[in-house]
Amino acid sequence: MSGGTSKFQSNNGLVNWVEHRLPIFSFMDAQLNQYPTPKNLNYFWNFGSLAGIILVIMIVSGIALAMSYTPHTEFAFSSVERIMRDVNSGWLIRYLHVNGASMFFIVVYIHMFRGLYYGSYKAPREILWMIGIFILLAMMATAFMGYVLPWGQMSFWGATVITNLFSALPIIGEPIVKLLWGGFVVENATLNRFFALHYLLPFVIVGLIFMHLWALHMHHSNNPTGVEIKDEKQDTIPFHPYYTIKDLYGLGLLLTFFAFFIFFAPNYFGHPDNYIMADPLVTPAHIVPEWYFLPFYAILRAFTTDFFMYIPFAWLMSAKLAGVIAMFASILVLLALPWLDRSHIRSSNYRPAFRIFYWVFVIDCLVLGWVGGQAAEGILVTIGQWATFWYFFHLIIVVPVVGVLERPKALPNSIAASINGAPQAAE
Amino acid sequence: MSDTAQNAGQSTGGNAEIDEQTRRDFLIWSTAAVGAAGTALAVWPFIDQMNPAADTLALASTEVDISKIMVGQSVTVIWRGKPVFVRHRSADEISEAEVVDLALLPDPQADGARVTKPEWLIMVGVCTHLGCIPLGQKQGEEKGEFGGWFCPCHGSHYDTSGRIRKGPAPSNLTVPTHRFVDDTTVLIG
Repeated sequence: MSGGTSKFQSNNGLVNWVEHRLPIFSFMDAQLNQYPTPKNLNYFWNFGSLAGIILVIMIVSGIALAMSYTPHTEFAFSSVERIMRDVNSGWLIRYLHVNGASMFFIVVYIHMFRGLYYGSYKAPREILWMIGIFILLAMMATAFMGYVLPWGQMSFWGATVITNLFSALPIIGEPIVKLLWGGFVVENATLNRFFALHYLLPFVIVGLIFMHLWALHMHHSNNPTGVEIKDEKQDTIPFHPYYTIKDLYGLGLLLTFFAFFIFFAPNYFGHPDNYIMADPLVTPAHIVPEWYFLPFYAILRAFTTDFFMYIPFAWLMSAKLAGVIAMFASILVLLALPWLDRSHIRSSNYRPAFRIFYWVFVIDCLVLGWVGGQAAEGILVTIGQWATFWYFFHLIIVVPVVGVLERPKALPNSIAASINGAPQAAE
Repeated sequence: MSDTAQNAGQSTGGNAEIDEQTRRDFLIWSTAAVGAAGTALAVWPFIDQMNPAADTLALASTEVDISKIMVGQSVTVIWRGKPVFVRHRSADEISEAEVVDLALLPDPQADGARVTKPEWLIMVGVCTHLGCIPLGQKQGEEKGEFGGWFCPCHGSHYDTSGRIRKGPAPSNLTVPTHRFVDDTTVLIG
C-alpha cells in the first residue's frame, strides 16, 4: 500500500527484531496511525468503518450460532428454537446476528449513496468502487443463504423462489437449478450446502475488504469537495486520533440504534411466517424477501409481458428471463458507472443539475423498495415499472448526458481553501 | 493520544501543566476503564454460550431404581453422560473398606464419608487419572489388588470403597451428590 511513508521508530528491541523481518509495525503505523486523511470529511465517511465493524459482529455472532445450529431439515428449526430458549445468551446472539444483517445493509447502502453523491467512483478510484460492488454481491448471497438456515416457511419458499430464477435461462436453466438444489426440490442437500457457503462467504468478504482498503489507501479517501489532496500538511490530518475518535463516536450512535432493535423490536425486520417450520407442501399467502432485497425484487417483478421495456425484447426471450436479467443487470450496471459518468467533477455539491437527478434517483430506489414489499396488483405494477425504467434510464442515459451538458460550479483550489472559505485564500 | 496529552502539557507552564495532566489522565483512564468493562460485558455472552445450555442442565439429575440390585451386584447408570457405578456391597466389602488405616491411603478418606447408607456405594465410574472407565462392575472382570475396581488404561487399583490404593490416579473415584428418595429409589445429581 502506498499512502505516506511511515516515520515509525521504536526503542523496543523485540519490536525492532520483528520489524526487521516483517515490517508489520511500520505498516500499521502508516495505514492506521499516521495515514493522512482529508480534514474535511463529514459523517457520511463514517459508514465504511461502521460496515467493517458490523462484519466483525456478524462473524463473531455467526461462529457462536454455528456452535449450536444443526444444518439438517429435521433439526434446523428446533436447533434455532433451542438457541432462543436454552443456550446461554443464545437469544441475544441470534438477535444480534439477525438484526446485524439489516444494520449491515443499512450502513452499506448509505456508504454506496455517499459514493454516488460525492463521485467517489471516479478515476482513480474505479477499482475501489468495483470491489465494493463485488462485496455487495457477496453480502447478498451470504444474506440470502443465511435466511434459509432457520428452515422456516419464508426460508424454504424464499430459497425455492430465488433458486428458480435460474430456471429462466434457456436449456441450461433446469440442470443448473438441480445442481444448486442437489435434488429435485429445495431439500436437505440444499440446506447443507447453504450452511457451508454461508460460513465461507463472510471470509471471502474479508478478503475483498482488504483489497477495497488497499485500493482506497493508494489514492486516499475522497472528500466532500471531491478535490484531490494537494498538500498533505494543509489538506490532511492523521487518521489517529482524529478519525479513530470520530469513527468511535459514530459507532456509539450506530450501536445505540442497533441495540434498540435487538432489545425492543427484535423481529421488526423479520417475517412472522419464518417462525413456522418449513412445509414443502404449503406456500405462504404472501412471500416477500428481506427488506434489503426489495428494490431488486421490484425490478424482477416489473417485467410482465406488457411492460414497455420488455416489448422490444419479446422476440428474443420470455418476460421471466428478462426480469431475471434486469435484476442482475441493476447491480452489474454499477460496475460501469465510472465510465458512464462523463463529468470530471466528483462532488455533487458543485454539480447543480446532477444533484437534482441524484435525489430523484434516491427517491426512485426508495419507491422500488416500497413497491417490492407490496402485493403486485393494480397501480403498484405500473409504479414499479416506471420506477424500474427510471433506475436504468438514470444510470445509462441521465448520468452520461448530464455529465456532458452540465455547467458545474467553480471548485475550491484545495481542501484547505474550501475550509477557509475564500476559494483563493490558501493559508 | 498520549503524545497529544504530553504536548498539551508542555505547551502550558507551571501549575496549569499539572492540572492539565491530571485531568487528562483521569479522563483517559476512566474512559479506558469504562471501555474495558463494556468490552468484558460484551464478550461474556459469546463465551457463556459455550457452557451447558438449559436443556442440558435439565438432564443433570438421574433417578435410579435400586430395588432389583442384589447384594454383591453392581449396575452402571448414565448421569450427565458419564457412567455412575451403583454397588450393593456385601458385609465383607463394607468391613474391609472400614478397617483400612487411613494413613496408608494416597487420598485419605473414611468409608463413612463416601456413602449415605454403607450397603450402597455410588460413585462416578471415571478413573481420576485420565478418564477411562475402570473394570470391576461385571462378574469376572478384573477387580484389582484391593477387590474393588481396576483401570486397565494405566493400572490404577481402587478398593471396595472406590478409593485409590495403587497406580497413577491422584484421587478416589468421585462420589456424586445423591440422596435416597425412598428405600428403593436414589436420586443422583
